Amino acid sequence: MIVVLVEHSQGVFKKKSLEAVLYASHIAKEMGTGVTAVAMGNVTESEMQSLGAYGAQKVLHTTDARLDNFSSKAYAKVMIAAAQKESAKVIIGLHDTTGKAVMPRVAARLQAGLVAGAVGYPDLSKGFTVKKNVFSGKAFAFVTVTSDTKVISLMPNTFPVVKGEGAATVEQMEAGLTDNDFAVKVLEVSKASGAIPLSEAELVVSGGRGLKGPENWHVLEDLAKELGAATACSRPVADAHWRPHGEHVGQTGGTIRPNLYIAIGISGAIQHLAGVNGSKTIVVINKDPEAPFFKAADYGVLGDAMEIVPKLTEAVKKFNASQN
Amino acid sequence: MKILVCISQVPDTTAKIAFSDNNTTFNTQGVTFIINPYDEWYALVRALELKESGAATAVHLITVGKADAEPVIRKALALGGDEAIRIDTDSNDPYSIAAQIADYAKAHNYDLVLCGKESIDYNNGSVGAMVAELLDMNFIGFAASIDIAGNVATVKREIDGGEETDSCVLPLVISCQKGVAEARIPNMRGIMAARTKPLTVVAGAAVTAVSSITAYEMPAPKSGVKMISADNMDELVQLLHSEAKVI
Ligand SMILES: Cc1cc2nc3c(=O)[nH]c(=O)nc-3n(C[C@H](O)[C@H](O)[C@H](O)COP(=O)(O)OP(=O)(O)OC[C@H]3O[C@@H](n4cnc5c(N)ncnc54)[C@H](O)[C@@H]3O)c2cc1C
Ligand SMILES: Nc1ncnc2c1ncn2[C@@H]1O[C@H](COP(=O)(O)O)[C@@H](O)[C@H]1O
Repeated sequence: MIVVLVEHSQGVFKKKSLEAVLYASHIAKEMGTGVTAVAMGNVTESEMQSLGAYGAQKVLHTTDARLDNFSSKAYAKVMIAAAQKESAKVIIGLHDTTGKAVMPRVAARLQAGLVAGAVGYPDLSKGFTVKKNVFSGKAFAFVTVTSDTKVISLMPNTFPVVKGEGAATVEQMEAGLTDNDFAVKVLEVSKASGAIPLSEAELVVSGGRGLKGPENWHVLEDLAKELGAATACSRPVADAHWRPHGEHVGQTGGTIRPNLYIAIGISGAIQHLAGVNGSKTIVVINKDPEAPFFKAADYGVLGDAMEIVPKLTEAVKKFNASQN
Repeated sequence: MKILVCISQVPDTTAKIAFSDNNTTFNTQGVTFIINPYDEWYALVRALELKESGAATAVHLITVGKADAEPVIRKALALGGDEAIRIDTDSNDPYSIAAQIADYAKAHNYDLVLCGKESIDYNNGSVGAMVAELLDMNFIGFAASIDIAGNVATVKREIDGGEETDSCVLPLVISCQKGVAEARIPNMRGIMAARTKPLTVVAGAAVTAVSSITAYEMPAPKSGVKMISADNMDELVQLLHSEAKVI
């Protein structure tokens, strides 16, 4: 069996978790086995059954009020209990803030090899070999897992999410959690309400020092709003407090892999590219034809951002209107 | 409070990445190695600050690597820290590295283990949480600030689309990122002092690797940028829709 950790936000499964279930079901088919999803905390029966449409036959559900606050120790314990119950050979989670804390714990406890940040399906003809990013996106490595049990954290937004048919059965699971598993207390959570979290965004509009100052950011924000995109920035922009630190992407900031990354007034330094070169399509707007970012771009526009971006926003507006 | 800081050496951020032996070996020729930025700028500097403020009594640095890792660990000592430990074994299996660190830490009773959020070479972001599991400790990932009062740590950390404040009684493993501290530059006094600080080389424990990198691949080069006139943004939108299929 393959077990997969599914995350939800207020009872609704995250899209990237549906992707993880589909990923698991693809591997399960190849291995001739099934998929059991593992859900924690407050989720409805029907929401869990809906995972059947993404390839899960069964959902193991652990309810415990304490699980509403994240604890890597507790989550790992639940995953291990599920893996043992299902005699799982493969354990899957996401390579996100949750998965990066939980999956290494699961792997270490079971002395299982971990592929951290998989971007491909396991190649079973070569033992169990999985492709991942290394050197901050400058290359890929093929990791061969040699232990009997394998753990994979999947890089979100690697595979498309397509809904199929079916309903999963739901079973309650007791994981033997104790207070000791919840020693990390969550005192406060602050989320940017309404805005699209950068790590999950499919479209991202990003600005660099070329925008000259925070007072010019409205042109970028207008475009983002029209596209339904999240906003990001280069490091000097966050360092100068033009934008919040959470928006900084690159080697020392966040790593994102949106479908579309629009870089405005960003030179394309290697440390910046490290955080965004997994984007499927890159558009670069820059006034310098020699800007290195053009080499990494799919589409480029040469000129002054303050003139081009409003024009692009208008074009998107027109396009959106034609689609409705 | 005794702190252990995990230090890994990585290729310089601007290093040209190339492979040899039929794409099975990372070619280190001409590559400069540095302290992993997250370990240096954030984990190490925060540990030093905690010692300077009197919250910590000792700061030890640990690296898992062969003799070629010594210049980098000395460089870390030049920033500060009382002593360094090098576990004399090399691996790119995160479990093996974590098992070596945990094995050493278990025998030396650290209250706080700090590491970086990920190493910029293999980008696993796994060693810290693995060490926590192997030591049966609590773990907080992606810290953006760390405060210690008595035996309680208060940590702000990044979560999906926001930030969370956690607290936990020590012992604890924390992975650090931007915000935890401000990068420092080693001074002459530090560099001189580092020469005489103890650097203990410990033989690796018997650990069986559970994964290995069997091959590398360079990403396919971009087919070339398609330039679009600044006066033709409608064309760009059309291309994004019908060619790239992203909107
Ligand atoms: C170890 C290390 C880690 C780093 N980590 C990161 C990281 O995580 N993220 C990151 O972003 N950087 C990082 N950096 C910094 C990085 O090297 C670059 O300095 C930085 O990305 C440059 O930001 P920028 O492109 O916004 O600014 P600049 O390099 O100043 O580029 C501005 C660009 O805007 C263009 N421009 C100017 N005016 C206009 C206009 N009117 N219209 C259109 N275009 C215009 C210019 O032609 C130029 O290309 C790191 C550096 C180091 C050494
Ligand atoms: N060889 C190593 N020696 C000591 N610490 C390491 C080593 N490799 C990784 N680490 C620590 O673990 C963190 C995460 O690394 P990784 O899981 O490799 O991305 C790094 O930032 C270091 O603090």
